[in-house]
Amino acid sequence: MTVLEDLAPPPKVEIKPREIGRRELWQRRLPLLPALVYTIVVTQIPFLVTLWYSFQNYFWNTPAPAHFTGLSNYTTVFTSPAFRGALVRSVVMTVTAVIAAMILGVCFAVLLDRKFLGRGIVRTLMITPFLVMPAAAALVWAGPMLDPNFGLVNWLLQPFGVHHVAWLSTHALGSVILVMIWQWTPFMMLIVLAGLQSQPPETLEAAKVDGAGAFATFRELTFPHLRPYIELGVLLGAIYLVNVFDAVRLMTNGGPGTATTNLPFYLYQEVNNAFDIGGAAAAGVVTVILTIIVATFALRMFARVFQFEEA
Amino acid sequence: MTAVPLRGDAPASLRVRAMSGQVGWAVLAWVVGIAFFLPVLWMVITAFKPESAAQTWPPKFIFSPTLAQFRLVFSGWGPYVTHSLIATTVSTVLVLALGVPAAYALSVHPVPRWRDGLFFFISTKMLPIVAAIGPLYVLALHVHLLDSIWLLIILYTAMNLPLAIWLIRSFMLEVPKEMLEAAELDGAGRLREMTEVIMPVISPGLVSTALICVIFAWNELFLALNLTVTNAATMPMFLISSVPQEGLYLAHLSAAATVASIPVIIVGWIAQRSLVRGLSMGAIK
Repeated sequence: MTVLEDLAPPPKVEIKPREIGRRELWQRRLPLLPALVYTIVVTQIPFLVTLWYSFQNYFWNTPAPAHFTGLSNYTTVFTSPAFRGALVRSVVMTVTAVIAAMILGVCFAVLLDRKFLGRGIVRTLMITPFLVMPAAAALVWAGPMLDPNFGLVNWLLQPFGVHHVAWLSTHALGSVILVMIWQWTPFMMLIVLAGLQSQPPETLEAAKVDGAGAFATFRELTFPHLRPYIELGVLLGAIYLVNVFDAVRLMTNGGPGTATTNLPFYLYQEVNNAFDIGGAAAAGVVTVILTIIVATFALRMFARVFQFEEA
Repeated sequence: MTAVPLRGDAPASLRVRAMSGQVGWAVLAWVVGIAFFLPVLWMVITAFKPESAAQTWPPKFIFSPTLAQFRLVFSGWGPYVTHSLIATTVSTVLVLALGVPAAYALSVHPVPRWRDGLFFFISTKMLPIVAAIGPLYVLALHVHLLDSIWLLIILYTAMNLPLAIWLIRSFMLEVPKEMLEAAELDGAGRLREMTEVIMPVISPGLVSTALICVIFAWNELFLALNLTVTNAATMPMFLISSVPQEGLYLAHLSAAATVASIPVIIVGWIAQRSLVRGLSMGAIK
């Protein structure tokens, strides 16, 4: 992994393991080895095999063995509008969902930061969407919630002039993103809420004494304090949301047409419908390279957020 | 917002305004909370309907509840729930078995370049497993692990291990240095240090680590859908099987979705406090 070359600035107090002898060194390394070997074998080998297959012509539904085809799989990927479309949709879905979930998350966290009757219950209600099995959430939204004829959403929106809208065919992308936002807002809220509650009350008290308004206090004090929390939430949310598959597969099956086909669903289709291992592998390699580029920035952000002041 | 806590000597009119502000705040929070919970509530309500009452316009709120859908679910979920339970528990145990020593080697007596180690683990979390799904399928076929519960166990362990290492490490860093030094002075070896000093301190942390792993493993669909058919199909796949090609199914689907989601929802409700720490991989205490 090339991602590893950019690392955190050294912590303020570097622990210099003093005079580590050979024996001591191995005594330290030994507990790490099983997990390290396991992770390398299970997570890196499939990617090496992917790299190999990306240069092969191989359809798993035919008896013909794989054979070398050079860069032809990559040519296909780069000239394929389907791949480019899926890539763009992946970015759109992830960015929209992460930003919307974070904005809602900040609002709800501010709401829940105050004491009021039943705060614990409201908090519990709000985190529940995150805990619902994503496959269950997708199917319940697609059926009982968004069904054009019997769905609860259409009934709730009736007073606003909405009549039996077939959300999954007319607003497919929006519907999928809506479910992503619904599931991930609680996550953002929990992280921001933790940030709000870690704010020293004295500073807020001092601001009030100085006559600062609520909005000014939020902008000048609270928001800068929340920044690392928001960054962390965005980062973790993006890691999971870029891989969203359940909602796409179970709500719209990538459609109508390719309207909701994101990268994970595109790769799934390549393997399961087109039986094209070579093509899927090449698309996979391109995806991994793109991910590494993004992840390099993400890891740097990670290092900053975590800071490593402990250790 | 104007809801500012006031001292006793504030004028009565101000206090009334502050009180109403607080009430407005509470009402707003409740409305938002219920709105977010509504789809879950609707899922549970629909699960108790007879199929004919689930597909009506306008939607029915008053009906005679029935357990028929749940009976149907419980008659068919046997193999699925067994596979899910096995994959979830075994992978979680493996994660802890591999993760605790690794976290130890990255915190208490750190290996040289421990930071690189930590970042290696987290970087695997960023690699999209979807990118390797085709070759993974072929690999599994060759080693005869396709449609085997062991394949899911192996993959779920790798999926949760980085998160667990970061999280357990954050708990280990909280073990007071004095306790470790005292143990060393007593002549305790590494093993005794682990079992007698570290484990008692971090065991609540291990419980919340396990809960996070359980949530992710129980809910996983992509790998299960691609790499299993019948011998290892898990609960999310049971849900898919409860949607028929034709006929009425919304009530049955809702019952299946409720049953599949309830374990994790309850676990999450109980573990609310440690949820934040777990999800942030120990960054937020």
